[in-house]
Amino acid sequence: MDSATLLQDVVVHSVYAATAFTEGTPLIFFFTVFILAVFVGYYVVWNVTSALHSPLMSVTNAISSVIIVGALIAAGPAEFNISKVLGFIAVLLASVNIFGGFILTHRMLQMFRRKK
Amino acid sequence: MALRGLSSPDSARGGNLLGIVGMIIAIATTLAAPGVLSYGLIMIAVLIGGSIGTVVALRIQMTSLPQLVAAFHSLVGLAAVLVAAAAFYAPVAYGLGAPGSIKLASLIEMSVGTAIGSITFTGSIIAFLKLQGLISGKPVIFPGQHFLNLGLGLGLIVLVAMFSIDQTIIQFWAIVFLALMIGVLLIVPIGGADMPVVISMLNSYSGWAACGIGFTLANNALIITGALVGSSGAILSYVMCKAMNRSFFSVILGGFGADNAVAAVDLGDRSIKQGSGEDAAFMLKNASSCIIVPGYGMAVAQAQHALREMGDLLKREGVKVRYAVHPVAGRMPGHMNVLLAEANVPYDEVLELEEINRDFSTTDVAFVIGANDVTNPAAKNDPTSPIYGMPVLDVEKAGTVLFIKRSLASGYAGIDNELFYHDNTMMLFDDAKAMCENIVKALE
Repeated sequence: MDSATLLQDVVVHSVYAATAFTEGTPLIFFFTVFILAVFVGYYVVWNVTSALHSPLMSVTNAISSVIIVGALIAAGPAEFNISKVLGFIAVLLASVNIFGGFILTHRMLQMFRRKK
Repeated sequence: MALRGLSSPDSARGGNLLGIVGMIIAIATTLAAPGVLSYGLIMIAVLIGGSIGTVVALRIQMTSLPQLVAAFHSLVGLAAVLVAAAAFYAPVAYGLGAPGSIKLASLIEMSVGTAIGSITFTGSIIAFLKLQGLISGKPVIFPGQHFLNLGLGLGLIVLVAMFSIDQTIIQFWAIVFLALMIGVLLIVPIGGADMPVVISMLNSYSGWAACGIGFTLANNALIITGALVGSSGAILSYVMCKAMNRSFFSVILGGFGADNAVAAVDLGDRSIKQGSGEDAAFMLKNASSCIIVPGYGMAVAQAQHALREMGDLLKREGVKVRYAVHPVAGRMPGHMNVLLAEANVPYDEVLELEEINRDFSTTDVAFVIGANDVTNPAAKNDPTSPIYGMPVLDVEKAGTVLFIKRSLASGYAGIDNELFYHDNTMMLFDDAKAMCENIVKALE
């Protein structure tokens, strides 16, 4: 585990603990997480060599399909209503992105294998 | 972790795998949550979506990469809107409270996530259409455009505020509708070759949309990954703009490259030196070093394989061969690098502008294939030029400059390139792939 993730973990856990103690609103907690993530994103991306910007695009796209998590909750419940339908479509779309995004990234990265 | 892996080509593939693992974990935990029951239905959706995604990703040609990435972004935007809508219609499942009495904060987050998602959706579609050539790459501008956009933007903010108080269905869909329109209007005035910035911008937006939804659903995974993607896209956009030396606002307000008054090149007294594949081969063979500058024209002609063959033959003759990639060459960040990698060009021969620019003065031949504006010295010498200030590749410092273009027509910026008329420049008029194949034949 590299330093950035470790740092993020440590800070997140301490914030969580602090929130529990002080009974701060959950929103503050989430907002802190948000700020942290932005910084981690900034730090990490600056290190990506420009030759790899295209795979970066497609992998971040794949990652943003984590929206599927929200879609799963919508499509999940037993009763049939409009949310379920919307959720179903969203799961489908996000799946296209997840499979497509990771496979595309993999294809691109394969090409960057060190040539003998 | 996946992003961290991308700091070097060697660690990148492992990083991608980790990203997949992370996604699986996130999904598995959600599936295990109470209330998520219709596994069958979900499986069907995943299977359909997954197969579409897999087939597309496996079959697409790398030259169409920018379009595909744009298309993918649109899907994320749409998914975000749908999830927000689902949350709105059935807030109980998300722990948001009964319909009609959702918390204020959740409403704000929901509407912001929806708005950004809608903008991303239509904006990406327009980007896709432009890149695919289905609509003109030329910027579409009309009088009063900026005021219209401004007005719509303000309207959107007002709607978000109203929705947060009244939470009616009509307001929700009004936000969606307005944002969809803004998405279109935002991207339409941007010309084709500014697409690298647009794509990374939309990439960023898709992240913020996911993040906004994450706040609504109080879901850490969404917030974190959304913010990561959002800031990564934002940084890339910034990097692109610096590389063109244009401010972000000037890019997104568009209109660049619309004024093609100079498109008709007036040769007048200016003569150009023209040559054939054999001439080029002769020069290249007798050079001791060569730097190749690829551009969008190479991508369009799919010349990267022929180019690499040429490079290999030259290396056999003892010529030192390297490639110089300008940060905004092509239609997407890193586009040229991917194409060269696809053609099996060793990536340590491919260098960025900062690394290689000084070497042009000690290089015999600069081989410019399908690139134009990124070599134009007007960026350094002519304060009235639209590209003034943009860092360019100093190809004119090389002993000889070879330009492969189909004609003398101007590039994206709509201006003439001094270099064509220099004494040490030879123009090779042909399709990039055909010319490379000619040179390869002459070298063999």
